[in-house]
Amino acid sequence: MFLCYFTEQPMSAYPEDEGLKAGITSVLFSNKHFDPVEGSRLYRERLAEYIAADDLGFDGIMVNEHHNAPYCMQPRITVWSSILAAVTKKAKIVQLGNPLPMYDSPLAFAEDIAMLDMISEGRLVSGIVRGAGQEAICINSNPAYNRERFDEAHDLLVKIMTEDGPFHWEGEHFQYRVVNPWVRVLQQPHPRIWVPGVFSPETIVWAAEHRYPYIALNTPMHLTPQLWKTYDDAARRVGYEPGPENRGYLLRTHVADTDAKAEQGGREFMWMQGQFTGIGHPYWVSPPGYSSPSRRLLYTQMANGLAPRPFANSYEQQTANREIVAGSPQKVIDEVGHILETCRPSILMLWGNDGKVDHKDSMRCVELLGEKVVPELRKIGDSLGLKSPFELDTPVSLKFTPPHEVNPQPARAVEA
Amino acid sequence: MQEFSSTVAGLTIRGVRGGEGHPVVVVHHSFGHPGPLRFYEELAAHHAAWVPDLPGFGASDRPDWARHPRDLAIILGHFLRREGLTRAALVGMGFGGWVVAELATMAPELLSHLVLVGAAGLLPEEGRIFDQILVSHSAYVSAAFNDRDVYTRLYGDPPTDDTLITWDVNREMMTRVAWKPYMYNRQMAPLLCEVNVPTLLVWGDADAIVPRVCAEQYQRLLPDARLEIVADCGHAVDMERPTELAELVARFVTS
Repeated sequence: MFLCYFTEQPMSAYPEDEGLKAGITSVLFSNKHFDPVEGSRLYRERLAEYIAADDLGFDGIMVNEHHNAPYCMQPRITVWSSILAAVTKKAKIVQLGNPLPMYDSPLAFAEDIAMLDMISEGRLVSGIVRGAGQEAICINSNPAYNRERFDEAHDLLVKIMTEDGPFHWEGEHFQYRVVNPWVRVLQQPHPRIWVPGVFSPETIVWAAEHRYPYIALNTPMHLTPQLWKTYDDAARRVGYEPGPENRGYLLRTHVADTDAKAEQGGREFMWMQGQFTGIGHPYWVSPPGYSSPSRRLLYTQMANGLAPRPFANSYEQQTANREIVAGSPQKVIDEVGHILETCRPSILMLWGNDGKVDHKDSMRCVELLGEKVVPELRKIGDSLGLKSPFELDTPVSLKFTPPHEVNPQPARAVEA
Repeated sequence: MQEFSSTVAGLTIRGVRGGEGHPVVVVHHSFGHPGPLRFYEELAAHHAAWVPDLPGFGASDRPDWARHPRDLAIILGHFLRREGLTRAALVGMGFGGWVVAELATMAPELLSHLVLVGAAGLLPEEGRIFDQILVSHSAYVSAAFNDRDVYTRLYGDPPTDDTLITWDVNREMMTRVAWKPYMYNRQMAPLLCEVNVPTLLVWGDADAIVPRVCAEQYQRLLPDARLEIVADCGHAVDMERPTELAELVARFVTS
């Protein structure tokens, strides 16, 4: 298994009453409520926790990027990736992911990735994402071309990582008269690309068609089998047999010395009034042209208050469904073990701390995860045959899969 | 009014037309229109009224390649030539006003008259153009009305699924061509001095979408423009004051 530590890096010191008063905690929630003194303290605490996670034997540390909201203090994925490349020793730096279409330069991402891969001595996983809809508003990147830009930026990124420059690029959305960055990725043919997502069928199929592992971001357990079926069908269509090495799962998992103490910390996963990305408006989450036309009516109904918005379940429901796991180490091992049995991911991101869990309790969570939970989960994973892409040394993508291993099935056969 | 379709640059342009006389072509708001309006009927009583859906809006095909309202203006110009409307009065509503103004800068000879109603296209010297991206479709469209009852009568309460889909399709097309900078073009203002076409500017005095100062800026920049303010009226003058606007246009075109 590949076991990874994650925290969203909450700006937990923001005044919650102001968020409730404003009725929103994203996009337009004023940054006058951001206290940089507290921000500095929180960054230093996260740094200590990451170093502990590395020392305690996590296989990786996951970082991400979001904007204009207290739920995440990482507006540039490259910054924390760079810090981790320098201060950690063994853990892989798992970027989930670089928001390729949001910025105007895939070349800049390629340069960042090459630098990070070399500085970390080949410990980078350069995941990629479209970026959430509301990021398009915060960064002012046209949402109507987001998917096209994602596809093109990906193609260019892979070309930069795997082919010699100089070359020129004349795409629909990106043009370069010279592509010749004087930095190259250390891992060959390139760092692994993983694709995280919630439940977008288009993205799941895209990831499968490229043979990139899909990391399900805390998707409800009852939907996960359908997610993997969508992935597996697409994988077989393009000619390879998918397995646990193609599957990742991000799970809110808080550990403390006692179940009662862990419940206190676990409830902090609900801190943004229970919403994953804070309270926003549906028309920010799905700006024009961002979502699939197949969901146009539903999303437009939601945007205009004519269909119920999906709100998070209660803490009790989420723990009952194992979408949040909180407890003493043994309880967490048992519950996560059950998830490994049913979802069979080989990549597991343990989202340890959120909300106002303080540094002391966060450190204790990291310690208990690292010392007690991770070794047991590794054993369970082994017993279930959950081998990660690193253990199996799988090709990084379909493009770099030896041709004799590829045997596409006609779509009709799959449908039958 | 009857439906028409026309093919320009491989795209089918659909819309409604009716009446006889001097051609008057109406170009809709960014949110389109809720079917044939009384304004169109009243125009058609005295003119050959044409109301095309802009490319990518309503029932017209989307030019996937279009990246700017100027691209829509080019298609609109070819549409006018294709249909023989080469000395037409062009009436642009809001976003449609921007498209028409762009066309006027590149082919003023196509226009007999220019009517800009709450037109976007210029960066306001004060205030800003209401940003629909930050609000829901219904919040934006209703903000175009000073009289909420007119909005409700035209769009329903709640709006139908068909209305929602039309709003979203139109909002997506607006986004494809006018996301950034939003609703203005710094490259248009310096060309407006070449638009030697009699121009009527019409603004609702309670326009909450395009600030009134834009009317004054257009008046300064265009060689032959006068301004009419419609009292107690919002941005959607065509829907709130159809008779008054039709009369203003008719008087202007026949003068």
